[in-house]
Amino acid sequence: MLPFVGRRALTAIPTLFIVTLMVFAIQRSLPGDPALILAGEQQDPEVIAFIRERYRLDDPVPVQYLAWLGQLARGDLGRSLRTNERVLDLIGSKLPVTIELAVLSMLVALVIALPIGVLAAVRRGTAVDYGGTVLALTGLSVPNFWLGIMLILLVSVRLGWLPASGYVPLSEGVWENLRRMIMPAFVLGTGLAAVLMRQLRSSMLGVLRQDYVRTARAKGLRGAAVNVRHAARNALIPVVTILGLQLGALLSGAVLTEQVFTIPGFGKLVVDAVFNRDYAVVQGVVLVTATGYILINLLVDVAYAVLDPRIGAR
Amino acid sequence: MVTSVRRTSVVAVAAVLLSAALAQTTLRIGLAEDPDVLDPALARTYVGRIVFASLCDKLFDIDTSAAIVPQLATGYTVSDDGLTITIDIRQGVLFHDGTPMDAEAVKYSLDRAKNLPGSNRASELEQLESVTVVDEDTVELHLSTPFAPLIAQLADRAGMIVSPTAAEAAGEGFGNAPVCAGPFRFVERVAQDRIVLERFADYYAADQVAIDRVVFLPIPDSSVRLANLQSGDLDLIERPAPTDLPTMRSDPNIVIPSVPSLGYQGITINIANPEPRTDPLSADVRVREAFELAIDRNTINDVVFGGEFVVGNQPVPPSSPWYVPEVAIPTRDVERARALLDEAGVDRVQFEMMVANNPEAIRVGEVIQALAGEVGFDITLRATEFATALDLQEQGQYAAFPVGWSGRIDPDGNIHQFHTCEGALNESGYCDEEVDRLLNEARAAPTTEARYDLYRQALERYLPDRHIIYLYHTVLFFPHRTNVEGFQAYPDGLIRLQGVTLAQR
Repeated sequence: MLPFVGRRALTAIPTLFIVTLMVFAIQRSLPGDPALILAGEQQDPEVIAFIRERYRLDDPVPVQYLAWLGQLARGDLGRSLRTNERVLDLIGSKLPVTIELAVLSMLVALVIALPIGVLAAVRRGTAVDYGGTVLALTGLSVPNFWLGIMLILLVSVRLGWLPASGYVPLSEGVWENLRRMIMPAFVLGTGLAAVLMRQLRSSMLGVLRQDYVRTARAKGLRGAAVNVRHAARNALIPVVTILGLQLGALLSGAVLTEQVFTIPGFGKLVVDAVFNRDYAVVQGVVLVTATGYILINLLVDVAYAVLDPRIGAR
Repeated sequence: MVTSVRRTSVVAVAAVLLSAALAQTTLRIGLAEDPDVLDPALARTYVGRIVFASLCDKLFDIDTSAAIVPQLATGYTVSDDGLTITIDIRQGVLFHDGTPMDAEAVKYSLDRAKNLPGSNRASELEQLESVTVVDEDTVELHLSTPFAPLIAQLADRAGMIVSPTAAEAAGEGFGNAPVCAGPFRFVERVAQDRIVLERFADYYAADQVAIDRVVFLPIPDSSVRLANLQSGDLDLIERPAPTDLPTMRSDPNIVIPSVPSLGYQGITINIANPEPRTDPLSADVRVREAFELAIDRNTINDVVFGGEFVVGNQPVPPSSPWYVPEVAIPTRDVERARALLDEAGVDRVQFEMMVANNPEAIRVGEVIQALAGEVGFDITLRATEFATALDLQEQGQYAAFPVGWSGRIDPDGNIHQFHTCEGALNESGYCDEEVDRLLNEARAAPTTEARYDLYRQALERYLPDRHIIYLYHTVLFFPHRTNVEGFQAYPDGLIRLQGVTLAQR
């Protein structure tokens, strides 16, 4: 197992290097000059010149790139052009928020998807199956931002049960924190649940046709034991893959949900940074996200090995 | 049994009394954007100024009619040659760090605003040569040339006085924890999430401040901002979507003070940026006049803004004392517009209009496109993201661009830099020496009457050239819950909390 993990970790290095190149090149090729944005409404030429010089925006792009790589090697992601805060601090304060949201959404998704997905496969062609399909399609087709705004209008404005938006750190009270996380986690979780449910159903159907399931039944094991212990466990392998990819997507892709619920997470950070051409922040966020993706994929591979010991042995 | 009830009620009453004594009033304000750095010398955003209004007092301020009133100053005199301004400083004022706000601090702050590398205030204080401390409560400002708008500049960020001790200690990090002499002191800032201020007990006018804590929350989505106000999670919001106003008016818990802004919205037409252009719209003033006559300002206001804004034709709104009523707002005249195009020898005029890619700006563009299309203009709209639009405008790669200006207290700020040949914001490439002369003289003229007359003459000269076609003026709305009392809307769009109280919900 360990050499397997080590090998996978090594392949991450060239990937990350390509990511740094791409983010740098794409950003610099966008129209829009950060100095003009930073100078604000007044557009004072002296201020613009000062900003260009201070952030070395006039240097050739390769020179800027090498300077940034040099910074990275020292563990320094630079400072935000807009607020002058250290990018590392910004990311450090946003990442836990988004991770919490991602984990909660994942929990919501699993709680919904696992039972319905298994049931839909076992009771294929029944009302449960069709009901699950309709639910999944609804979950997939309703846009997150719309569901979010509707929930706010219903739960917060009409019923007054939960705060409409905002974020309170866990350190200031678990309940206060959760009260604000329930709705966004639900919104993200339902969309994800739909994907997982469909995936689990189809993979479960495949597994239920396997010989070993028939054997288990022939041995006289009861339905639930066969379905859960033998079938569902194996059917989970493709689901875990999807889960890993989706978790990665949640880290960077909860943008709309974070905007709607004004959660100061990663998605909001990167969107604002892109619109402000805050190069250092965009670069830092993309780099950290890419690292996150790579780590999650590594964990997914490890999870395979746990679910199916044959994978690790190879 | 009776004793136990009595005891319980005594405990209950005590608890209520205690909680009332401890109850902190917190005002939660929803902002449309996250402010930039909170250093008065470096700051550049409007939302930043909203936060500063509670944090950093200025030498001067404005009242609800945009007239200048003293704040950290108590008064000023201008020498006969207009080159020296003597300012009396309020006595007994402390900064949030407990150090005294005196003439030395005023000199320090003005010097800092002028000289800090990258200062956005340097151009606002261009005419200020030096500051001398006369005594503890008096400073003299020495100008290179008479400059009437200076006092108005000192009623904004350039006039904010910061603690020299704190500024020296913090260096570049001053904006991360600013120390000023405003009614509230800085507590914390979580980027893109919140800015928290608390009441400054030693504020010189502490009796006007009744709120313990202010929390500014940036919530860019206007419908989410509104939902938070409706649910009571916010007490006050700025810049609601004009289309949401009917919803808010029907909510008994919300009141909506409003005031016309100091700025304008118009169409900037590129005539010579960077070089004189040859297309009919740029080269022929008759085509531009036809374009203006094709537009109906009221239609734009009604269709896009539900009639909530104010139509206009000048760089200041009709409510401004600097407005020239004799120069009336043109009405739509299709026949005259057609005749002008014939006179110019063109049948149909094609051009591309850049519009900001937000729903409102695009709708404004579409209304203009439809109205002008009836007369003979084939307009292609190019929805452009803000950062890109700035770039294209700077490089002169646009034909026409509906764009606005947030407005300044002194009319000079709305006019000079847009219409003078070398003006920093002259994006249309307009240049007329007579206009330059009039606008420069207006800066130096000693009396308001003389200045008004010069601005009128300049207006009558540059307006017919139509390189900027002024269309309408936004109205600033500050919807708040009914438990917020005493709030007044100011035309500079800042939220001043002196005199505001928050009743228990």
